[in-house]
Amino acid sequence: MNFNGLRRLTASACTAAALYAGSALPSLAQDAPKLDTGDTAWMLTSTVLVILMTIPGLALFYAGMVRKKNVLSVLTATFATFSLLSLSWFVLGYSLAFTDGGDYQPYIGGLSKALFAGVTPESLQGTIPELVFAIFQLTFAAITPALIIGAVVDRMKFSALLIFMLLWQLIVYVPVAHWVWGGGFLGSDGVLDFAGGTVVHINAGIAGLVAAIVLGRRQGYGTESLAPYNLTLTLIGASLLWVGWFGFNVGSALAAGTTAAVALTTTQLATAAAALAWMFSEWLVHGKPTLLGLASGAVAGLVAITPACGFVDPKGAIVIGIAAGIICYIFSTGVKKALGYDDSLDVFGVHGIGGIVGAILTGVFAAEAYGGKPGVLEGNFAQLPIQVYGVLATIVWAAVATFVILLVLKYTIGIRVSESAEVEGLDVALHGESLQ
Amino acid sequence: MKLITAIIKPFKLEEVRTALTDLGLQGMTVTEVKGYGRQKGHTEIYRGAEYAVSFLPKIKVEVVVPSAQVDKALEAIQRAAKTGQIGDGKIFVSPIEHTIRIRTGEADDNAL
Repeated sequence: MNFNGLRRLTASACTAAALYAGSALPSLAQDAPKLDTGDTAWMLTSTVLVILMTIPGLALFYAGMVRKKNVLSVLTATFATFSLLSLSWFVLGYSLAFTDGGDYQPYIGGLSKALFAGVTPESLQGTIPELVFAIFQLTFAAITPALIIGAVVDRMKFSALLIFMLLWQLIVYVPVAHWVWGGGFLGSDGVLDFAGGTVVHINAGIAGLVAAIVLGRRQGYGTESLAPYNLTLTLIGASLLWVGWFGFNVGSALAAGTTAAVALTTTQLATAAAALAWMFSEWLVHGKPTLLGLASGAVAGLVAITPACGFVDPKGAIVIGIAAGIICYIFSTGVKKALGYDDSLDVFGVHGIGGIVGAILTGVFAAEAYGGKPGVLEGNFAQLPIQVYGVLATIVWAAVATFVILLVLKYTIGIRVSESAEVEGLDVALHGESLQ
Repeated sequence: MKLITAIIKPFKLEEVRTALTDLGLQGMTVTEVKGYGRQKGHTEIYRGAEYAVSFLPKIKVEVVVPSAQVDKALEAIQRAAKTGQIGDGKIFVSPIEHTIRIRTGEADDNAL
């Protein structure tokens, strides 16, 4: 969500409050928020596109990269997480993220809209029904934790995974969403995050790194072949992510207008640039261009343009894409190998690093003519440190809170499957199903 | 009678089948197998992680021929399956004591 959108929402809310107070005057009535069917149609579409990103997009992207014996467990984890977190968003998440928290407003919202209390079919957020806004945000709150699955595949207990996801959404995702989009301190300090570079990707990426370290490496990491089962699935998943991401990024304009057009353009260009940048990097280093590299690069580009997509111009978007493709490649290959952590499907390398690259470069390439905010290239050096501050705040919270949640689970119910279950494969050991 | 077991490159199967059929041999058994010889395996790289793939996919062709036709069959397989590159495969020949056609009860050369 951009700031113009936020300002509009706030203005609408004030007007609405006045109206509901029964003091409506004819002059006020003209300013009353009106439902825009064009905006609403686009936001309904965007919401469905983000669902497509998660299931089957993300599920297939990840499932194709694990070994055959764990493919179904990854699909199951993604689908179950998405379902569970849809409900928890209804119960608590939406309210804590998007209502006024009173004295705690800089850090967390309140409980006034728990169970969607007061969210009627007639309630509006800007020019769209609040229900559409709440469900659009639900898709974000459900896909973000699901991204972490890529770091814990092949070895995490399913029961622990579900509890972790629930706690993580409410303790890590919801506050950061509130900080940036719900009126919390990062948004009011001026951090630019159009569609979730900090809230979604840095958050999930850091959590993935912490989870990979706490959980430990997969058996056979570095000694046995852990080669992907079927990269066709991964490419279909990456393609659905690319398509669905237009709901994610362009939908974050919350309106079918010029800002949406900017986000559409920058998202497409940055993604294409990043896919090629990763492919050429590995071609140069390893001698062969690969399908997995192209797919990974595209996702890295989508991640990196997410915070920037409504603020930068097309050329800036291409540079952000190229930077993300190269830097994420280096982190997912060389750096990961050198440090020895088993972030199995590179949640940190792609989402964490891509998010950081995108959030910081937003401060460099923000173009006033496109998004209303100037960046370093237009002489505004003040935005860059604000972006870095937003990145650091997110990293610290995500790292500490994720670590604590995992430790509690580790020493209560346990987070890792038995060695024999890991060898047998989680499909059979945890779910009693298998690919033939 | 001899059993000819040929391990060949998968894409050469159709040429080998045609060559043996042209000799008038009826029938063969084919299995998808994995293995390695002097070619050894190859290396695959996924996001920078290198995996040595030791066993390469090959096709195992098994055909039993009358002793008189063994040399011709061997020559035909060799001609059809050869690319000149490493990894073309091997042919093994072993004796067969007895053959029976299940449907008719015919035996040995008559059963081939």
